[in-house]
Amino acid sequence: MWNLFVAFFKIGLFTFGGGYAMLPMIQREIVEKQKVCTEEEVLDYYAIGQCTPGVIAVNVATFVGYKLKGFWGGAVATFAVILPSLLIITVIAACLSSFSSYPAVQHALAGIRVAVAVLVFRTVCQLYKKNLRSFFAALVFLLALIFSLVFNVRSVYIVVGAIVAGILFGTVRRAKK
Amino acid sequence: MIYLELFLSFFKTGLFAIGGGLATLPFLYEIAASHPDWFTAEMVADMLAVSESTPGPIGVNMATYAGYSAAGVTGAVTATLSLVLPSFLIILLVAGFMAKFRENRFVDDAFLGLRPAVVALISVAFLEVLKTSLFHVESFLASKNFAALFDIPSILLFAALLCVSHFFKKLHPIVFVLLGALVGIIFKF
Repeated sequence: MWNLFVAFFKIGLFTFGGGYAMLPMIQREIVEKQKVCTEEEVLDYYAIGQCTPGVIAVNVATFVGYKLKGFWGGAVATFAVILPSLLIITVIAACLSSFSSYPAVQHALAGIRVAVAVLVFRTVCQLYKKNLRSFFAALVFLLALIFSLVFNVRSVYIVVGAIVAGILFGTVRRAKK
Repeated sequence: MIYLELFLSFFKTGLFAIGGGLATLPFLYEIAASHPDWFTAEMVADMLAVSESTPGPIGVNMATYAGYSAAGVTGAVTATLSLVLPSFLIILLVAGFMAKFRENRFVDDAFLGLRPAVVALISVAFLEVLKTSLFHVESFLASKNFAALFDIPSILLFAALLCVSHFFKKLHPIVFVLLGALVGIIFKF
């Protein structure tokens, strides 16, 4: 339980820029270090977090915690991931309301954004290798990319569409056999 | 009773904001309009700036900030927990459901389509990160000068960190974040 708390506290503390920036941290802390979830499972949690209400990062934390230690695991992971925000933002709101306009903060952030881009790039490459092996997967990937980038379709609809496509594909494949 | 009102407002935000942190933004403007004594619409922009420049999920950061300006530390805790509560309950339900139906073939099939689609959504998010961190799209559109599009120092840092990550595969993501911050401050990015 303590490990779970520490892992998600770290994830909350070092994630800049929301949900997807958290993926490399989760990969390292939860998949590689503690080996409690597989990469596929984390991806599934992201998919579900995407189409359920609420902040994606928090949804993923609840999911992982629940899987490991049931209800209280979910509660601990959720609390741990929001605790750094709670502490840091309260301090900033109380005494540093001009925090984000300090030059040093802005320089640091510009650098951090580049670092996050590198981390997410690495994760995305891993995901390509593992998840786009079949023709069907590559097709769904391309369609989702086009719908999102070109037609600005909202993620919820893309996720729902992908679920329908998956079920249709699976059913047809079984019928052929 | 301000805490009850805070609870209701942020519970509603957490329940209806689907698709991540920025989806909470319209709800915050709504709250600002109905409770101008808590915070104003102008303050929402400041909250967003602070939330984006501090660690943690953006939606959570904004709720904490909004709650604090409405009712101090207790307000911050109330707003944050209320925001998280609906998704917490829903995820517990979904997780319980999945544990039960993981063997179901339809659930299995659904994930066949779901995984590549999520990889696509993550790629889109990555492109967004790339756009804001390595390129000056706005100054390019304003000046029509192709050279203005590229943020050369950032692109160099990107390449350098990519090399580092290639040769030191075991390096923790935190190291990259700290390196990025350090280089950013030293070279005034």
